[in-house]
Amino acid sequence: MGKVVLVTGAARHLGGRFVRRIQRDPEVERVVAVDAVAPAHQLGAAEFVRADIRRPEIAKILAEHDVDTVVHLDVTGTALGGGGRTSVKETNVIGTMQLLGACQKSPRISRLVIKSSTSVYGSAPRDPAVFTETTSAKSLPSGGFAKDAVEVEGYVRGFARRRPDVAVCVLRFANILGPRIDSPLAEYLALPVLPTVLGYDPRLQFVHEDDVIDVLRLAAHEPRRATQNSGTFNVAGDGVLLLSQCARRLGRPTVPVLLPAVTWVGTALRTVGITDFAPEQIRLLTHGRVVSTVQTREVLGFSPRYSTAETFADFVRGRGPGLLPPEMLAGAVDRLAGRLAPAAAAPDAVAPGAAASPGAPVHPVHPVHDGA
Amino acid sequence: MADAKVIPFDDDRSRARRRPARADGEAAAVRALPGPQQGPEEPEGGREGPDGLPGAWGGREAGTGTRAEHEAEVAFGTSSEGGAEEGAGAGGWERRLAGGLAFLRRRITGDYEVDEFGYDEELTDQVLMSLLRPLYEKYFRVEVKGVENIPAEGGALIVANHSGTVPLDGLMMQVAVHDHHPAGRHLRLLAADLVFVLPIVNELARKAGHTLACAEDAERLLRAGEIVGVMPEGFKGIGKPFGERYKLQRFGRGGFVSTALRAGVPIVPCSIVGAEEIYPMIGNARTVARVLGFPYFPLTPTFPWLGPVGALPLPTKWTIQFGEPIPTDSYAPEAAEDPMLMFNLTDQVREQIQHTLYKLLVQRRSVFF
Repeated sequence: MGKVVLVTGAARHLGGRFVRRIQRDPEVERVVAVDAVAPAHQLGAAEFVRADIRRPEIAKILAEHDVDTVVHLDVTGTALGGGGRTSVKETNVIGTMQLLGACQKSPRISRLVIKSSTSVYGSAPRDPAVFTETTSAKSLPSGGFAKDAVEVEGYVRGFARRRPDVAVCVLRFANILGPRIDSPLAEYLALPVLPTVLGYDPRLQFVHEDDVIDVLRLAAHEPRRATQNSGTFNVAGDGVLLLSQCARRLGRPTVPVLLPAVTWVGTALRTVGITDFAPEQIRLLTHGRVVSTVQTREVLGFSPRYSTAETFADFVRGRGPGLLPPEMLAGAVDRLAGRLAPAAAAPDAVAPGAAASPGAPVHPVHPVHDGA
Repeated sequence: MADAKVIPFDDDRSRARRRPARADGEAAAVRALPGPQQGPEEPEGGREGPDGLPGAWGGREAGTGTRAEHEAEVAFGTSSEGGAEEGAGAGGWERRLAGGLAFLRRRITGDYEVDEFGYDEELTDQVLMSLLRPLYEKYFRVEVKGVENIPAEGGALIVANHSGTVPLDGLMMQVAVHDHHPAGRHLRLLAADLVFVLPIVNELARKAGHTLACAEDAERLLRAGEIVGVMPEGFKGIGKPFGERYKLQRFGRGGFVSTALRAGVPIVPCSIVGAEEIYPMIGNARTVARVLGFPYFPLTPTFPWLGPVGALPLPTKWTIQFGEPIPTDSYAPEAAEDPMLMFNLTDQVREQIQHTLYKLLVQRRSVFF
């Protein structure tokens, strides 16, 4: 008998992609896509139900469609198509509570997947450098999406206690990037000039949207042999990028701003509607955050295909070149090298970074003599 | 004069070690630092052996040729191939330029890697260490002993005394390991949380490979086979008044021992002499410290009275001695939960450092030379 999967937040880019992907899996019989607004994209053969998860009608939908797997993706930082912070928070928190209440009543539910975020760890200078799933945050997020995520996870833990028969999987995603994703961080990185916090160079981790879809599928199905897909898992690409590195790879100049002034700049940018500079966003861009993905690898059995750097490269390809494209800068350095030291520049251009190659201008002399 | 309160333990160990080491031994000592040829007796032996000891570094004034070579090698920054038999000819200059441009190219295009702690190895090797090296070589004239006690591979926890009002001793220890260890190991320091609160300082600290002094980070680094440096005295040690110099403070709660035990790595005690006198702290402006959020605000004979000039450290002569490693792999894993054993081991490490400090002080001719 096939599964019936209910996906919330289907009107978003990620939700839409997941709905289209999961219906192709052989073990899935039907997919029910739920969101408060009609999606702008195709959902394939999935059945779209326009419903607000903040209302009790979600229980009726679960019963009507005999849903056995719920994938809750409607935990997000930004509102879709307008709507302030209040409605986002309501959808995140009240929506999750309603959904969990409905799930608790439904005897058929056997699997629940929650999209959470690594922002539940907060970002503080006194935190350990790498967070594991069991690390408790030194400073709990005081507001914004991060606090929503903490609260959502709290309710999910309560649900898991009350319904031990349901496999609950909480996936804490690092910053999701991809060619088409729109998140506050992607919006920030799209600014022509990046305001940064003076004297801080945060460590960032990214996860590619393709990997997000894959890990969500892994969590929504039966666990593979020798793995377990209930529990809490950090999902992030391998490796770390510093914000300064990101800016250079993106080819965008940075403007360091004093920490107290950052809030003003953030407010100003938000007022003119360019980007959503929430306080937790500023904290991320100040102190950074790195999580350990050992659990995901060893218990969940998932290794992301894209590393943090590859994810970022893919994101850069999807964007236009910045004011200072890296290719242009590299070309400028090569020209400078050609002018200053013609002999040394040649091997440099062939193999930059190979320390052995600068010896080349000396050596070719000898073979010529030998041959003659 | 600073040796006033020293209790000489090993009286028979001569003070005569000052005679300059033989110049011909230099090349070998600087280039290929002695591996295991030294007997296991290091911490006890007076350190005047003219052969392979890294202490021979102290006599480097003797051989300028060696120094030039050494510098050329250093300028090329640790790339193992960089040390080819290149002199100071035009080829060397061009190579240096090409290397510099390649470095610049990688930096401005963001084409370099950092680890999960934010450690930027390339930047540390090429820039940060080069900035610290003049301070290390010319200003404090650091003499390193027993660097071969740091294992060539695998993790190890270096435990050192902390002093000097400003944590220059940690940085000098990092340069010492970086420049002198035969296997080219990198020291990863554990720093106080204050470091990661301050702007700019935190950025540089992370890039230099430092991380927050907490059990999680230390254990993660040790399990990854890194050399980790810790100064368990913390602010108690670095901010102690000048009158209490070279008296080790309490070693925290001994958390470093249990971390080393859990990771199964040896503990290398390290004694640093000379750092105590760089900023003789004669007073502590508590109110200013509280306002600024610092654990102490030092008053020295020159600071803050002379302004920025008064903030210059005194050019003392330093000695950094790495002692014989204390193995921890013979203990069962649950030993890390045994408080009595932890206290004993902590005391053992502390005693060994204190003992070596006294010995080095007895041997010291003067604070500045």
